[in-house]
Amino acid sequence: MSVQLSRDDVAKVALLSRLKLDDGELDRMTEQLGAILGYVERLSEVDTEGIEPMAHAVERTNVFRADVETPMLPREAALSNAPKTDGQYFLVPQIFDAG
Amino acid sequence: MKYTTIIGLEVHVQLLTRTKLFSGCVNRFNPDAPNSQTDPVTLGLPGSLPVMNAEAFRLAVKVGMALNCEIARFTKWDRKQYYYPDLPKAYQISQYDLPLCSDGFLDITNAEGETRRIGIIRAHLEEDAGKNLHEGGSDSKVDLNRAGTPLVEIVSQPDLRSAAEAKQYLEELKLLLTYLAVSDCNMQEGSLRCDVNINLHVHTDDGHNIPTPIVEVKNLNSFRGVEMACEYETKRQIEDFQKTGQRLGDVPKQTRGWDLARGVSYPLRSKEEASDYRYFPDPDLAPVTVTGEWLDEVRETLGELPAARRDRLGDAWQLSQYDASVIITQGQDVADYYETVAQTCGDGKQAANWVTQDVLRELNERKLSIAQFPIPATVLGNLLNRVVAGEMTVKGAREVFTTLLELPADQVTDATVEQIITDKGLLLVTDTGEVDKAIDLVLADPKHEKAIADVRGGKQQAVGPLIGNVMKHLKGADPKAVRTRLLERIGGA
Amino acid sequence: MTIAGATTADLMAAVASGETTAVEVAQAFLDRIEAHDGSIDAFLHVSKENALAQAAEVDTKRRSGQPLGKLAGLPIAIKDNLCTKGEPTTCSSRMLEKFVSPYDATVIERLRAADAVLIGRTNLDEFAMGSSTENSAFKTTRNPWNVAHAPGGSSGGSAAAVAAGMAPLALGSDTGGSIRQPAGFCGVVGLKPTYGRVSRYGLVAFASSLDQIGPMANDVHGAALLLEAIAGGDPLDSTCLPEAVPSYTSTLEEPIAGLRIGVVRSHYGEGLDAEVNAALQRAIEQYEDMGATIVDVEMPHQQYSVATYYVIAPCEASSNLARYDGIHYGYRAPQFDDMIDLYARSRGEAFGAEVKRRIMLGTFALSAGYADQYYNKALKVRRLIRRDFDKAFEQCDVILTPIAPTPAFKIGEMADDPLAMYLSDIFTIGANLAGVPGISLPAGFSSSGLPIGMQLLAPALQEERLLRVARMFERATDWHTRRPQLST
Repeated sequence: MSVQLSRDDVAKVALLSRLKLDDGELDRMTEQLGAILGYVERLSEVDTEGIEPMAHAVERTNVFRADVETPMLPREAALSNAPKTDGQYFLVPQIFDAG
Repeated sequence: MKYTTIIGLEVHVQLLTRTKLFSGCVNRFNPDAPNSQTDPVTLGLPGSLPVMNAEAFRLAVKVGMALNCEIARFTKWDRKQYYYPDLPKAYQISQYDLPLCSDGFLDITNAEGETRRIGIIRAHLEEDAGKNLHEGGSDSKVDLNRAGTPLVEIVSQPDLRSAAEAKQYLEELKLLLTYLAVSDCNMQEGSLRCDVNINLHVHTDDGHNIPTPIVEVKNLNSFRGVEMACEYETKRQIEDFQKTGQRLGDVPKQTRGWDLARGVSYPLRSKEEASDYRYFPDPDLAPVTVTGEWLDEVRETLGELPAARRDRLGDAWQLSQYDASVIITQGQDVADYYETVAQTCGDGKQAANWVTQDVLRELNERKLSIAQFPIPATVLGNLLNRVVAGEMTVKGAREVFTTLLELPADQVTDATVEQIITDKGLLLVTDTGEVDKAIDLVLADPKHEKAIADVRGGKQQAVGPLIGNVMKHLKGADPKAVRTRLLERIGGA
Repeated sequence: MTIAGATTADLMAAVASGETTAVEVAQAFLDRIEAHDGSIDAFLHVSKENALAQAAEVDTKRRSGQPLGKLAGLPIAIKDNLCTKGEPTTCSSRMLEKFVSPYDATVIERLRAADAVLIGRTNLDEFAMGSSTENSAFKTTRNPWNVAHAPGGSSGGSAAAVAAGMAPLALGSDTGGSIRQPAGFCGVVGLKPTYGRVSRYGLVAFASSLDQIGPMANDVHGAALLLEAIAGGDPLDSTCLPEAVPSYTSTLEEPIAGLRIGVVRSHYGEGLDAEVNAALQRAIEQYEDMGATIVDVEMPHQQYSVATYYVIAPCEASSNLARYDGIHYGYRAPQFDDMIDLYARSRGEAFGAEVKRRIMLGTFALSAGYADQYYNKALKVRRLIRRDFDKAFEQCDVILTPIAPTPAFKIGEMADDPLAMYLSDIFTIGANLAGVPGISLPAGFSSSGLPIGMQLLAPALQEERLLRVARMFERATDWHTRRPQLST
């Protein structure tokens, strides 16, 4: 099956991606995503019945660390790249709704 | 209108590990020094990577076992993606389709004394977010000290039928987690938090059941809050149903917040189209497989769980369900204290009376934990043994108890107890010869002739003053024993 | 000896013999950068003072007889997506333009421990997404062999720096060919190790299950030496392999007897540039001349590798790049209406077109209703691709393939057609999907004087074999000794 992405669909994905796109970008994105997804369609030709998904390139299990403290960052370093801070906290505009 | 309230709870419990779930950053409640407990992983800095804390995994397995869950032999970590300022990576590492624990249950006793089995759908391990603080002003503040703290999310079946049951479930769960020592369950500090899923099944006159839309009330941080929210929602939903007739499926699941001060729930705004968690396996973390041997090892560390101990205490010491519950609910240390007192004095009921009344009252008044209580369990047990043996009255023992509480801890010994008993003359005279001698004196006293005659004539209450007079001649005796002997000696009706 | 352009072996020998010092070496490369980077634009940031200070420390250690690390005094250029404490780590993105890392990546710690000299930070496609380095928000790197051409990407800055003799060694990262393809375009050696061979801790993630850091050098020995220094287990990366690291340099000169080289015949047909094809056929013959057996192998699912990759990589990228939301670090839009608007504007304003495209693609492919059709399907095809490799390696020791269908393309040539750009990754992507190591090395030149690279692939953790087979070819040819003429 072929996915026909409308401009509205792309706008929804942009909202989900938290990307503000201007009209020109939306147009281009609609066209380009359509082309790429059209190409990706060829995966549906492959018989994957009974094949386990492979999420890791090297499949290891049981990688743990001991519950032991390691050095932390001083607050100054933690906040050093913050766009807005009062020296103690990260500051964000007053939150009224779930982002 | 008849209806049944249907409640399911999602409980988040912070685990008592030294470090966070995915890094060696300190895991400690510390709101006074915001953003002082972070590292690149906690901050979600570019390039940072998570590594699983083995202890957090082990503690989560213990929780699952204690909740009678199946423990998955293969489990993995998934990213749950959403944007919020307290979530630095914009995804939470959690478990989606293969939770660590599933299909368990927790038994609770409801107000009618019935045992109710509450199903556990799943319990999984995930990382906590940081904290947003809204203190007015144009900006909110974000503290990431809490970010990355290991959490177990425990999701119950919608098996709870009232606000009271919801509260009982939480109390039993908290007790269990406290016994396991996996969490401090401090609700003020947010180490145990609860979301409520609640709706009604309205029973119509023609015998139909109509489910109303499910509402989720989020982030309740006290038992009382959960109870109140359930009561409030029940009322609100029945009114809403009468007004709108809306059923399950007519509207999307609503999320509400709880306003503790006003005692009301309120709708949380959300843009539906703006969220879609897009779960997928975290490529930075390896899946975990566990063996039966390892699970057996963990199971051996569970210890005696509160329900089992409650039953055992009831059986071993002939305690009522109520007394056993009071003791168990106080935690393991109090239960241990009780058991030592009971063993030492040989009478579980006597020990229960003292521990649940005198000892707990003193702990409350003095704001002490049982570990700080000045009277060791064996000392109290030996003291009570004298009461059980009939050598002292309860009143006398209480006098010793009160005296002991005023002494420095190192002086509270069995020897001190003996000294106090001797000094205060609290020991009962059990030598019948002594008692008879005293009775002889009283019976021979002419001013008691009338009373003696009354008793002989069948007026048993007249024996009271005689007992008092016999007691005066003794340094201490059991009034009951004196009464019995007196009546025997006077004879008559 | 001319320092700039010398091999690592020559530099180490010259410093060890006292012919020169680490400071002189560092200064020579800094001078070279000063003289030529204006036309190449390989570097985003040159760490002049730090580099000279590190070099001076090495000289002091050497004079006082203290033990020295494997890379003592060797200048290394660092791709600007590797976190380096106290230095900008921008990923060539406006998003991280002002970001200064408060910590060191594991590879950076290892370079420091090996007494390397960190000479500067190299340009890349924004967040390593691209095959030309044109997606940098800051500058366009030029191919030193012809400045009208792209250096490839995304590690184009590192490849160009080595090719132009501005550093003998560089670190790159490779998610779908981002070390090997620019190495091929610039005529240098680039190695993508087995997934997990080198710690990713501190590598700014693009696609976590595909990303690997690897060495770039002007010869195979340099790549082996650098890999030796950075490889090995790391408790900070759950996906990093704890297996012991062999001494790649000590076995490098030993040819492999009875070598079987796998060739996929379908690689050499339509779509492959004739000069590239000819160079590769010559390379195959040269291996035969050295006694190797050529084995035809089948990779039936390789035709799906680009489609598979361009689902998996964007899915992971959309998640990995979600953290750049203007809250804790990075760019925040100056004006916004509410929280969602703050996120959307910050990201919309600071990310470039290719990054946005991949975030959109990945978000869509993971979204409700589409994840099975795209993401989960791609993960299954990925396993089939991996099985193709497993089967092929039952028949041969290494597989020899082209790096790219053509030599370096012109700057701007592919800019408007993202799909065409993606398709050119066909030869390199498979190694990332399967997690196996691959090396790119010079195998000739086009008639217009552009380098032609070839790729060798080996089974997981067989870097030692890969390097030895590459070295066999290097000893039989002189392509690696050629240096571009830079205008001044």
